[in-house]
Amino acid sequence: MNPMTVLAPLGMLGYGIPARSMERGLARDPAVLALDAGSTDPGPYYLGAGVPFVNRRAAKKDLVMILDAARARGIPVLIGSAGGGGGRPHVEWTLDLYRELCRERGYRFRTAVIDAEVDRAWLRAQVAAGRVRPLDHDRALTGPDVDAAARIVAQMGVEPFLAALDAGAEVVIAGRACDAAVIAALPIRAGFDPGLALHMGKILECGGAAAYPRHGSDSLLGVIEDDAFTVEPPNPDKVCTVASVAAHSLYERANPYELHLPHGHIDLKATRFEAAGARAVRVSGTRFVPAATPTLKLEGVARVGFRTLAIAGVREPQLIANLDAYLANVRTRVADTYPDGYRLMFHVYGRDGVMGPLEPVRGSHPHEIGLIIEVIADDAETSAAVLALARSVALHVTYPGRKAIAGNLAFPFSPSDLRAGEAYEFTIHHLVAVDDPGALFRVEMIEV
Amino acid sequence: MRTIGEIATFVTSKNAGPFLLTLDIVFPDEATYHRFVAGRPLDRATVARLYGLSPDDVVDIIEFEPAFAVKITLRRPWASGAVGETDVYGAQQHVPLARHAIEWPETA
Repeated sequence: MNPMTVLAPLGMLGYGIPARSMERGLARDPAVLALDAGSTDPGPYYLGAGVPFVNRRAAKKDLVMILDAARARGIPVLIGSAGGGGGRPHVEWTLDLYRELCRERGYRFRTAVIDAEVDRAWLRAQVAAGRVRPLDHDRALTGPDVDAAARIVAQMGVEPFLAALDAGAEVVIAGRACDAAVIAALPIRAGFDPGLALHMGKILECGGAAAYPRHGSDSLLGVIEDDAFTVEPPNPDKVCTVASVAAHSLYERANPYELHLPHGHIDLKATRFEAAGARAVRVSGTRFVPAATPTLKLEGVARVGFRTLAIAGVREPQLIANLDAYLANVRTRVADTYPDGYRLMFHVYGRDGVMGPLEPVRGSHPHEIGLIIEVIADDAETSAAVLALARSVALHVTYPGRKAIAGNLAFPFSPSDLRAGEAYEFTIHHLVAVDDPGALFRVEMIEV
Repeated sequence: MRTIGEIATFVTSKNAGPFLLTLDIVFPDEATYHRFVAGRPLDRATVARLYGLSPDDVVDIIEFEPAFAVKITLRRPWASGAVGETDVYGAQQHVPLARHAIEWPETA
């Protein structure tokens, strides 16, 4: 087959596309623009609250460059994990932006929208049938977990993208998706080896991150052939080296030799990375191993309450020396008024604010510490009330040897108490066995 | 004795999904990589001790020659962003590993 070129304009919609990289990437005549827009990295809040973790104006700036290129060159655009979390509100957010842009530019595209939210009744039935197992932890999923979740998505593989392309989509806006699948979809549809296509997808999904020097959001080109693929940065100031590309296989993954998708996994044990000139790397030998039973990865979060916090600093050595007793005292006095129904936490920067219980350095004597007082309660008003009390007690409570009697804390801000809104936790990170890895994901064709 | 941070080009930590923390040690060249892995300086018990975890929480220690790298994956004590979290992305948990000193004779 003739080689096929894929351009990943960037690693995350909203992080910025260097204009020169886009221009030089397009000059290589890509067959598709494919990009990832999501991650669980920013934590559970965004999936739960149904909001993106990127700025709308920044995402619009990226999307207009992508749509201009797609229109000018007549090539499809595939966007996976739209809006970050890839749930319905995230896809809607992306669609709203997309519609606005199409209106402004006078563009019309045959558009596919792919839903990745999971029906609770279906999932409860899978739990009952024993088809769900934990992933990376050992807590079995229960029916009540499913009911308590604020939102549950499944990661789609290539199948829904193939269905959308078969239906004639020029632009695909998909909910939660395996990042590699977004980029591999068109090459797989064209008949390229799925092991190579998916491995290329995994390298391209972070955009220019697999090229050095590794700074700033950037684009990456992939060219797939029958027995290998080549990756190269369109940015002339960057290079892909064997080290940069191989190292990217480590990124955010527990096992660099395997990457799991719904219909199987790719195996890198026999993969060869070779320099192809000074700026490109040729990759071969990656194998696709079909799964005996397809599985979908589920992600779900539950709301655990409302967070309020206050940020302060402590400079007084006597207080720093007595910090544990002081914080225990604050806790006790708050409990005198509010015995239960909340969680009160202290983040002590300068001591173990970054590593918490994993911090091996103990008994150091910093000259100042940063203190975050955090309260989580079932409702926002309780959270704010407990935090307000904890903050005032912390400001004024005494401790052994206290001489600075006017106040214990330096607050950098007024107001001191910040309402951080809803707090969520990941409660679902499981695999569900399915017969058809594409069946869950509804593909809807719309005219925009 | 040299610290792993002194020997390696990169020592870094990051979530691998919300329930795992993965630590990557990337060496500057093939020789350094082979010298490191030949000494077998890291096992589950050592890594667990560095982080105050149980050896069962050290999920894997994998040598990845294509990148001249060793990857260590830990079970997170809680899921990313859970109540009490200190590092949502897991991006600042590498220091105990980087500061770990191992036998590294200068004339090897």
